[in-house]
Amino acid sequence: MAADVQVDAKGLNCPMPIVKTAQAIKGLASGQLLEVLATDPGSVKDFAAWAKTTGNEMVEQTVDGSVFRFVMRKK
Amino acid sequence: MTVAELPMAAPAAASAPEATPRGLAMICYSGELEKTWAAMILASTAAAMGMPTKVFVTFWGLQTFVKPEKRITGKNWMQKMLSIMSRPGIGHRKLSKMNFLGMGPWMMFTLAKQYGVSKPADLLEAAAAMGVEFVPCQMTMDMFGLTREDLIDGMGEPVGAATYLSYVAEGSAPIFI
Repeated sequence: MAADVQVDAKGLNCPMPIVKTAQAIKGLASGQLLEVLATDPGSVKDFAAWAKTTGNEMVEQTVDGSVFRFVMRKK
Repeated sequence: MTVAELPMAAPAAASAPEATPRGLAMICYSGELEKTWAAMILASTAAAMGMPTKVFVTFWGLQTFVKPEKRITGKNWMQKMLSIMSRPGIGHRKLSKMNFLGMGPWMMFTLAKQYGVSKPADLLEAAAAMGVEFVPCQMTMDMFGLTREDLIDGMGEPVGAATYLSYVAEGSAPIFI
């Protein structure tokens, strides 16, 4: 799934992956996809919580070694 | 390396929250480094979650919001003494325990850098950029002899406890740090 914008939050700890994601999604139009790469293991639960609260849809979640990848659709 | 699918959370119900989530009304009371850190993490994250966030800055917390270049603040000798004994500014917070003349904070910042944790000053900047409103306490400003000019730019109008409580009365979640 090709994302419109990518946020590289690898190496960043709580809460910066979420903060950077919130800042990046502002620039997207409704329906566009945002991809986030993170290494913080806490981000798995955090991104689910963030998507639920903000209403943005989590469309894909994968892990490659120690890198977590989240694809979200802007509401 | 194989790419594994992670279990997805249950899809949000049809009645997913379309409206703005509940707001956060924080009291930033402490000027200690570790509590300032926690306050800035929560303020920036709340804004990232789309929660309308206001931070009422009072007592020692207000020292954190003094411009970094200010060294001595206050009008009378007692107010000046307070700022000399406890240097204001977000970059000069001390740990409540194990401060050891700055050795403790130095270790905290070194560990933070090592583990990708942002400093309170960076989190404050991010929070302000995302629309968090920092509101100074008028009474604390009077008592410590602080002027609007002493405080960092972009703060709200100074208010009192009743204004803070009106945020809570209107539904924002209170947090005291």
